[in-house]
Amino acid sequence: MTDLLYTDVEESLRSSVRSTLQRSLDEGLPARLYDEPDTDVGALWQALAGQLGLAGLLVPESLGGVEAGPREAAVVLEELGRAVAPVPFLTSAVIATTALLEAGDEQHLPALASGERTAVLVLPWTARRGAWSAVSGSTEPVAGALDADLFLVPTTGEGGVPSLRAYDRGDVEVEAITSLDMTRPLARVTVTGQGSEVASGTRAEVAVDAALAAGAALLASEQLGLAQWCLETTVEYAKTRVQFARPIGSFQAIKHRLADLYLLLVSAQAAARQAAGTLADDDPDQQVSQAVAQAFCSDAAVRAAEEALQLHGGIGMTWEALVHTRLKRAKSDQLALGTPDRHRSDLAVLVDLPAS
Amino acid sequence: MSDLKQRVEELLASHDPRTSDAADFLGAQYDAGLAWVHFPEGKGGLGISRGRQLEVDALLDAAGAPRPDFGRNSIGLGMAAPTILAFGSRELQERYLRPLFACTEIWCQLFSEPGAGSDLAAVATRAVPDGDEWVVDGQKVWTSGAHNADFAILVARTDTSVPKHAGLTYFLVDMTDPGIEVRPLRQITGEAEFNEVFLTGVRVHDRNRVGAIGEGWKVATTTLNNERVAISAGNDREAGQIGLVTERWRTDPSVRTPGNHTELMQWWVETEVTRLAGERLRQGLEAGQPGPESSAMKLAFAQQAQQVTGFALELAPEEGLTYHDWTMVRPEGGSFLGHGPGFRYLRAKGNSIEGGTSEIMRNIVAERVLGLPPDHRPDKGIPFKDVPR
Repeated sequence: MTDLLYTDVEESLRSSVRSTLQRSLDEGLPARLYDEPDTDVGALWQALAGQLGLAGLLVPESLGGVEAGPREAAVVLEELGRAVAPVPFLTSAVIATTALLEAGDEQHLPALASGERTAVLVLPWTARRGAWSAVSGSTEPVAGALDADLFLVPTTGEGGVPSLRAYDRGDVEVEAITSLDMTRPLARVTVTGQGSEVASGTRAEVAVDAALAAGAALLASEQLGLAQWCLETTVEYAKTRVQFARPIGSFQAIKHRLADLYLLLVSAQAAARQAAGTLADDDPDQQVSQAVAQAFCSDAAVRAAEEALQLHGGIGMTWEALVHTRLKRAKSDQLALGTPDRHRSDLAVLVDLPAS
Repeated sequence: MSDLKQRVEELLASHDPRTSDAADFLGAQYDAGLAWVHFPEGKGGLGISRGRQLEVDALLDAAGAPRPDFGRNSIGLGMAAPTILAFGSRELQERYLRPLFACTEIWCQLFSEPGAGSDLAAVATRAVPDGDEWVVDGQKVWTSGAHNADFAILVARTDTSVPKHAGLTYFLVDMTDPGIEVRPLRQITGEAEFNEVFLTGVRVHDRNRVGAIGEGWKVATTTLNNERVAISAGNDREAGQIGLVTERWRTDPSVRTPGNHTELMQWWVETEVTRLAGERLRQGLEAGQPGPESSAMKLAFAQQAQQVTGFALELAPEEGLTYHDWTMVRPEGGSFLGHGPGFRYLRAKGNSIEGGTSEIMRNIVAERVLGLPPDHRPDKGIPFKDVPR
């Protein structure tokens, strides 16, 4: 059975990430990105990628990485999700990096691992394993593309052979799209230059599928972290907000909703840990675990954010309160890398429960 | 070969699992420290981590060894044993744990009363000291399996001059005492798993007290947390109600409609995630006692059991309209999976009531896990005798 708890090493990584975020990420920044999308957030990524080595978490030491694994990456994502940190960890250090690792790349990975450059897998942000098609011309909406240096594009080569190609910034046009979640803004990417092949044939397809699978597996941890922020923040609010001469958290109408939310998060945590653990162990159960984690954690994060908003009352509806930044991320995350419904359909095939 | 595996093999070699009497085998399993490996040596365990019991159980299952009858003795195995271990005297541990595990002695629980349901700390059954003994008078209710039980765990009031939680004491009671009368209480399923138990001048020796006088609430809370773990236990994927539904789905294409498929997959995911959360809780528990977090698992289990059993009826409507048998019986043990789908649907309704209602579970989670302020309680700090009832 997969270890569903956190190791001491993982906990110590968590506290490093958390304290770096507390130091380097102004709480009000996520909301500001909606009004000022061009705000330079590069320093935050440099602190996380360079100083903590997060960019190279999944990369072997021989290529300049830290050679940790999906379990550690999941813990990082929990913290990034809590803070809705505007950094390309998931898109570059997990998804694009996994694609390059599976493709056997040695050329691009060292610069990614050091945090010097970031990469993006150019597919619609809704793509999932086994449900994407080769890109020709423009692709949208792509997450993590706006500030990326390296663009990995699944294309079709000569004779219809799948090909994964790498393009530099100068070989693509990137247009910003006004996004529901401006802390992970989307873009339209159009390939204009030649680029170079990273992998071809089955290897290219496998690399893309593995990248999307890792993304889905670990997105669950980002969703978990976000949901935990929502629960903790709302519990604090319910303890301090007084109406009818009592803290509102003493009313069962409030506390029962929060208890249900706690149950949801305990469950989401188990699902997210299982997805990370089975991915790390290359367990035969990993596809089932990923589909379960995505089907569950996507909805759990949305519900946590929605409950947080409702239980904050009028304050929750304001731009000033931070809840809306979590709601926008949670709803976007639910649609990203396959909706819960799509993951349940995948799951039905995996566990032999056919639709008809 | 690991030490633990060797112990299991020695047990299997000395007691052929296919021919040994179940009680003999289980007694030998207890003596070998393989009953509850996390219990201390000499008390059915080896003092190693709780999780390693799974290794033992897997080996015993593979050998076809007799297992303790959880249906008949769930209170003994799930609640009395951990409580006796945590709070009972050495004498009580030596007297009761072995036959309890061998299921030659069956246990029931004398906790709830007509006036103390969700408000369990309001029990009014009195225990009055008389020399080395206590004399117990009162009425208990919802007592599963009292008609089969040899012993009971009892919470009784020993002091009415202090607030309700402070005046309770925990005892072990012999159900054959002439002062005990057990009457069946019929449920919506047609069966009577439960009973009312009337205690009149029942004499309990002081050595059968568990924990200190006035500490009964603390002892009972341990018992209840264990019960909640026991109720929400289940290790295998598709175990429980969902397994009955998936089996039907795989074998009978006529039930496959798009709406049913959507619902099936939703419940599959939810039950799988609850299984994982239960497993995670167990991994975290390896060292210690279950805490209030187990209340959340019970909540999930009840919700899912009710929804999935209801779904099962809709999945096969012709069968869903029938019922296996309404004859009043007093079953040997409770089962959530037995009989037909109609029984399972009705029986599952109790899952959100027994062992603490879902509403009480939410209070426990909110107050003891999340630290939310308590609700308004007019009986707080008032001597029990002065609380209006």
